Amino acid sequence: MAERSFKAEVEHLRLGAGETFTGEGILAITKALLENGVGYVGGYQGAPISHLMDVLADAQDLLGELGVRYEANASEAGAAAMLAASVHYPIRGAVTFKGPVGVNVASDALANLASSGVTGGALIVLGEDYGEGSSIMQERSHAFAMKSQFWLLDPRPNLPSITRAVGQGFELSEASNTPVMLMVRIRSCHVTGSFETRDNVPPPLNVRDALANPRRDFSRVVLPPMSYAHEQDKVKNRWPAAQKFITENGLNEVFGPQKAPVGIVLQGGMYNGVIRALQRLGMADVSGKTDVPLYVLNVTYPLVRDEFLAFCAGKDALLVVEEGQPEFIEQDLSTMLYRAQSSVRLSGKDVFPQAGEYTGQVMLDGVTAFLRRHAPDLLPGQVRAPNAEGHAIPDLSKTVPIRPPSFCTGCPERPIFAAMKLVEQKLGKHQIAADIGCHLFAALPPFEIGGATMGYGLGPASNAAFDGGGEKRAISIIGDGGFWHNGLSTSIGNMVFNRSDSVAIIVDNFYSAATGGQDIMSSRAQNPSKSTNNPIAKALKGIGIEWVRQIDHTYDVTAMRDVLEEALTCDYDGPKVIIAASECMLNKQRREKPKRNEAIKAGRRIGVPRFGVDADICTGDHACIRLSGCPSLSLKHLDDPLRDDPVAHIDQTCVGCGNCGEVADAAILCPSFYRAEVVHNPGALERWWVGRRGRLINWLQSRRARTRLNFEAADL
Amino acid sequence: MTKHDNSLTVSRDDQLDVILKLAVMAVGGQGGGVLTTWIETLARTQGFTCQATSVAGVAQRTGATIYYIEMAPSTVTAPVFSLAPAPGDVDIVVAAEMMEAGRAIMRGFVTPDRTTLIASTHRALAVSEKSVPGDGVAASQEVRAAAEIAAQRLVMFDLEQIAVAQGSVISASLFGALAASGCLPFDRDAFEAAIRAGGKAVDASLRAFAAAYAVASGTAEDAVTPTEKGAAPDVTGPGGLMKQWQALQDRVAAFPGEVQEMASAGLRKTVDFQNVDYGIIYLDRIDGVLAKDSAKQRYLLTREAAKHIANAMAYDDIIKVAELKTREARFSRVNREMGLTGGQRIKLTEYFHPRASEIAGLMPARLGAWLEASSSRMARLDRWFGKGRHLRSDRVTGFMMLYLLGGRQSWRLKTLRHAHEVAHLEAWLSQSLRHVDKDYHLAVELLRCRRLIKGYSDTHARGLTKFDRVCGAASLLAGRKDAADWIQRLREAALKDEAGEALDGALKTVRSFT
Repeated sequence: MAERSFKAEVEHLRLGAGETFTGEGILAITKALLENGVGYVGGYQGAPISHLMDVLADAQDLLGELGVRYEANASEAGAAAMLAASVHYPIRGAVTFKGPVGVNVASDALANLASSGVTGGALIVLGEDYGEGSSIMQERSHAFAMKSQFWLLDPRPNLPSITRAVGQGFELSEASNTPVMLMVRIRSCHVTGSFETRDNVPPPLNVRDALANPRRDFSRVVLPPMSYAHEQDKVKNRWPAAQKFITENGLNEVFGPQKAPVGIVLQGGMYNGVIRALQRLGMADVSGKTDVPLYVLNVTYPLVRDEFLAFCAGKDALLVVEEGQPEFIEQDLSTMLYRAQSSVRLSGKDVFPQAGEYTGQVMLDGVTAFLRRHAPDLLPGQVRAPNAEGHAIPDLSKTVPIRPPSFCTGCPERPIFAAMKLVEQKLGKHQIAADIGCHLFAALPPFEIGGATMGYGLGPASNAAFDGGGEKRAISIIGDGGFWHNGLSTSIGNMVFNRSDSVAIIVDNFYSAATGGQDIMSSRAQNPSKSTNNPIAKALKGIGIEWVRQIDHTYDVTAMRDVLEEALTCDYDGPKVIIAASECMLNKQRREKPKRNEAIKAGRRIGVPRFGVDADICTGDHACIRLSGCPSLSLKHLDDPLRDDPVAHIDQTCVGCGNCGEVADAAILCPSFYRAEVVHNPGALERWWVGRRGRLINWLQSRRARTRLNFEAADL
Repeated sequence: MTKHDNSLTVSRDDQLDVILKLAVMAVGGQGGGVLTTWIETLARTQGFTCQATSVAGVAQRTGATIYYIEMAPSTVTAPVFSLAPAPGDVDIVVAAEMMEAGRAIMRGFVTPDRTTLIASTHRALAVSEKSVPGDGVAASQEVRAAAEIAAQRLVMFDLEQIAVAQGSVISASLFGALAASGCLPFDRDAFEAAIRAGGKAVDASLRAFAAAYAVASGTAEDAVTPTEKGAAPDVTGPGGLMKQWQALQDRVAAFPGEVQEMASAGLRKTVDFQNVDYGIIYLDRIDGVLAKDSAKQRYLLTREAAKHIANAMAYDDIIKVAELKTREARFSRVNREMGLTGGQRIKLTEYFHPRASEIAGLMPARLGAWLEASSSRMARLDRWFGKGRHLRSDRVTGFMMLYLLGGRQSWRLKTLRHAHEVAHLEAWLSQSLRHVDKDYHLAVELLRCRRLIKGYSDTHARGLTKFDRVCGAASLLAGRKDAADWIQRLREAALKDEAGEALDGALKTVRSFT
């Protein structure tokens, strides 16, 4: 189960004509898919589109009623390949994944799909993970649309526009026999708002019926000579058809006055940012009425030359607002102007930064610079000759610490890396390759383990150069998500086939945890519609790994350390795989906490563990923190003039995972940690027995206290 | 293309003020999402158009994250909202942690012309702050000073404490402070209705909401009352001992005023560690330092000696740990911290991992030294004793083990560990004090280097090495005008990282000019 339940949101998916949906952008897209008669949906989770997958997983009943097939694909490649159903059958299909990493993985299938062309509308809902809050390399998915020639929608970031784009995307796809990618940025995915819903529409032809009447068409297969024909078809037929559809149906939009000396051409996704900049300059009002004409590209590929040139008519200069690089749109528009022998001046990356997100300030600065250069008269006096701004706010950049993401409180991966750090202290540094997933946080302090990540499921594969072994063995890390995504073949299979003398650690936390706790093949949960409980160890055996060790309680740092040491030093020269398995604490707490509270309320006996630190035993050296970094393990200053340094302290958010005690034990740190298990609703016998024990202990304590001086402890 | 002929014909008077812009700065996991949902619900039920954005997913796991909300009255048709906050363009910043407030200021979201800053003063320390061996905690007072300049209005108190006291989380108390600030044009009832509409942990949330509301609106005191500093704790004990204790107190009272606070704390620590006689030794040592000190220097040397001699004398051995762990006061402190109520019981597990050196240290000095002299004997000790032990100190057997060990105080003075500690202390004192006449401040700084020795086992050994290296530099530096400054710099470098890389660099510099 995902870390968030979407049962409530699923009800929104049932809204009918004339009702209002209020919620998150990505859920609105889900609703729009159902309104547009989609026949099958799928995808691969990842921020920012995980919620689409999660809500679909929770909406099985509704999908069943409508005859829509939902598939949780094994990878983005799998998702894109599923769109093959729309090649021959007039069924609308939609898949979702994140970009550009998901598109990287899917690109083989997407290229084939784009070559074959589609009959039913094929839509890829792409969450573009770019800018602040992104967790991946900063690139554009735009290039994939250009190289394979499928169409790219980038609607204005509000719910009515985004949902409208879903329907338009399907129609455009069908009108041009080309798959369409609907791009939504991180913040647009999570933006909230409202739109008016329509009734859900069951697919005119569903996949079951299609299966009963199979179709095939030799000309669609990507093989010579058809592949040559496909290329010609793209430029001669599909492209013009798309441009015709875009123009006739008004997919792109123009705002503002007919006549003006300047205009702005922008990606749809940039619209709100541009309007805000104009609002702040006093050139647009709160509802977006503007002094400067805007040509909003809700379709960013292909561009429509005639539309663009019509917008240019009568203008002296244009600003292109295109986030990221390279600036494909700006280059394309420049070519159009040049070929049309136009005198219109084109601005873009000359006033905007080449790289990076167009944040509020960047947008304001860029638009201002453009207007100052090309239409200073339009600017309000205040902007043309600003008063010197007066407030000198102290610089806090040396005070405020950076706070990158890290392991959650009680995370079962923390002890794995604590163990690795201990092994490193003993056996020295090793070559370490990491993968994608929460475990990549180990690259950050306090662990600083792992120096590279090449992609999902590729951890062990990216150590392939070191497979031959040597004085030391290479270590790679891969998560259970990455393992099933493609790691089993690409990474582990590679190790087997090449007789790798290295070590792979599979971090099995029972979920695709980093993307929001979706179930995967080896999840321990019982999932009503998916096959879970397929052990990773079994897959390893099956593929030919002979040396497999499984630790089922990663918090046992000593065992973890010992098995790592064994793998690094044993005589066996084939591939060695350690499965480090413990449940993701975020998901575990989400499941267990309500149960526990219920049990306490109902009067059932239950123990709740938490850790503590004896402040008078802690010496304030913080060695424990350098092996943990747990948010609940922090510091506090004591009110004791003899002490300079703050001591360790565990706050009430501790979930009692045990890492602190185990690390203190394995690393031989200090005896200041203790584990306190509060027993709720103890039975009568237990109360009696613990009471007697307590009285004896108490007697001993006061016996000693009577013979010595006792200092009332300062409040520690 | 679709044409919207919507050129701006209305007057340019600043209509934009109708949009309220609110940023929530939080640490992933603090419940910023819940707070955002409440604010959205509130705005929509009060007839506002509202938009919220966030960045969910792995990027926010325990990291700094921003939720952003814009709203406008429904009289405005189809307002265009921004998806992210811009510097100089935010009306309300809600910061769920002190450094996140600092981050908001740093990013320009808090400006004197418009921004109300509602911030919790509590700290959730970043890894970089808490992993340094010394004190790396960022200065909250700098953020407060900046906030007072940057914010138009400032609502700042410990909202975490308030929430925890009500069995709730900070999102609820932040919401209460937001309501009390009056920044949003809605009644208190509407805020509370939004919490109820959420349907989760409603009662606890409402309690925290109300508590924060009361403090923020000035009808209740900030929950955190400053602790009284320097108030000497009470001492109890049998009459004879109390008399002896009084005599020691009198000796402390005779010290110069500048020394008394430290000597008093040090005396308590040493007597608590061993006994009254040990306290006498402590005071004698201070007397020895005092004889070399002068009022002209305001007795800085003695004050520092009083601090560090006490720490050195009350070293961390197994006996001390066992004794502290079995005290009645400790048991009740744990119960209090865990919030134990009458009907509940508690199980206590202690983590011990003795090493051969600690076992040998417990032996009488000569026997211990004999053991320590041979690696094979030490290896045998390690085999017998050196493994992790999880002791249940709430059970009779576990408690008795610790209790008996903790009662070996009379034995302690004969042990090898004690001999080591005394030797080390004497050497450190005499080497530091050697410089008093020629370079008073160098002597002070060398005394302060005792701070480097802390921790147990490997950490302790590393601390000792660092101590030796810093103090060793004194011979290179002695005679230079800036010798004391350099020792201070070296010590601070030694506290920066575990491996001592910063210290290596600093020592290299020292060697380059000496």
